[in-house]
Amino acid sequence: MSRPPSAFAPQTSPTGQWLIPVGSVMAGSLVTVIPFIATFPVLPPFGLMILLGWRLMRPEALRVWAPIPFGLFDDLVSGQPLGSAVMLWSMAFLAIDMLDQRLVARDFWQDWVLATGAIAFALIGGRLIATGIEAHVDTLLLFQVIVAVLLYPFIARLIAWLDLKRSRA
Amino acid sequence: MASPRNRRPGYSRRAQYSLFIGYVIAIAGVLVGAILLLISKLDPPAFSALRAGTAEVTAPVSWGVGSVVRGIGSIPGWIGSYFGVHGENARLKEQVQRQEQVLLKARAIAYENIRLKKLLNMREPAIEDIINARLVSSSASSTRRYALVYAGIAQGVHAGMPVRGPDGLVGRVIEAGPDTARVLMIIDPESVIPVRRLKDGAPGFAAGRGDGLLEVRPIAMTTGQFAPGDILVTSGTGGIFPPNVPVAKVTERGRDSALAMPLARPDALDFATVMKTYLPPPPPPAPDTRP
Repeated sequence: MSRPPSAFAPQTSPTGQWLIPVGSVMAGSLVTVIPFIATFPVLPPFGLMILLGWRLMRPEALRVWAPIPFGLFDDLVSGQPLGSAVMLWSMAFLAIDMLDQRLVARDFWQDWVLATGAIAFALIGGRLIATGIEAHVDTLLLFQVIVAVLLYPFIARLIAWLDLKRSRA
Repeated sequence: MASPRNRRPGYSRRAQYSLFIGYVIAIAGVLVGAILLLISKLDPPAFSALRAGTAEVTAPVSWGVGSVVRGIGSIPGWIGSYFGVHGENARLKEQVQRQEQVLLKARAIAYENIRLKKLLNMREPAIEDIINARLVSSSASSTRRYALVYAGIAQGVHAGMPVRGPDGLVGRVIEAGPDTARVLMIIDPESVIPVRRLKDGAPGFAAGRGDGLLEVRPIAMTTGQFAPGDILVTSGTGGIFPPNVPVAKVTERGRDSALAMPLARPDALDFATVMKTYLPPPPPPAPDTRP
């Protein structure tokens, strides 16, 4: 979303403007390359959380269709069936857009609630798509959701810091 | 705080259209995702080339990070072992003496086994190792249990090959790329392995549960339920896994199945051995060249 250039706008390079959000989301998805063989789903979905952070705090940083390429990239490195994050992330972000139109005022608590909904939707949806209903992963999945939701404020701080870098880039 | 309304395009017609098209693309993305998902559900290896290509890039990174982490992580171990080494030495000497008798007996049994097999004129496929390679990363955020092994087609690793660790069976290769291969671990909810009890050979199936444990069901109810402490090894049935590879130890008796803990603890794995498929599928029939 491009805004009309203002005479008071800070002088910024266009590359840094998109490179920092795009790079941070991809880095979040790539956390799965850490050298660790997991016994059960332990890692929060960092790619999704960082993407949510940008969407909720700086909606103009990324396009409306951003979940499609990011979801595809996440599917390639996460081990989920290809297409699951593309679909679930797009659906979650359309839902956030719809809620966004209704909300008059906004504070961090509302952002957190929206992020909670999106994270829970994406993880539970991903579990239903990837694994049969009889698998014993639901308790672990619940913990994964709780950990991811509790980590969201830290991700939000990270985005705020990155946004500061971006505004100086 | 007022909502950041940066997505409101204002009165610019061009900006309004651009936003509208963005939403059209976003909704199309949901459909594209659903279609991709349908393809990957119906034909799981469909996108293996894409995944293998990504793994080619990520595996060296994981490997490099892993070397550094292991280097730092082993320092406390060095210090600890320096102080504990005398007591350990005495304990190990005692253990060697105790086990010598067992070893002699086992050697005699192994020799007798070979002799009897020769007498029976039995033909057995050879159990061959393809390569020892490092397990570099895993699907830690997903409910599926895949691991990435840093060896691929270039090293002779192909889809379907069994993979074992030093302590027991890890899983089998499901997708092989040029230098990496994806391993479906035995604890994955979609993995089922034919096993038998080491003690008496009672056959069963060990299925992954998704939470790090295995669910073991006996094939025949008459052989009785598996009891805690039973060691399960692969039976060789089905032809993928070679027989007698340790799989799991039963920990808990259930109503019609038992819970078992895999002997190869995934979080302690670093190296794995890719083995040749025990009985490779027969080659496709030669094309009929007669006129």
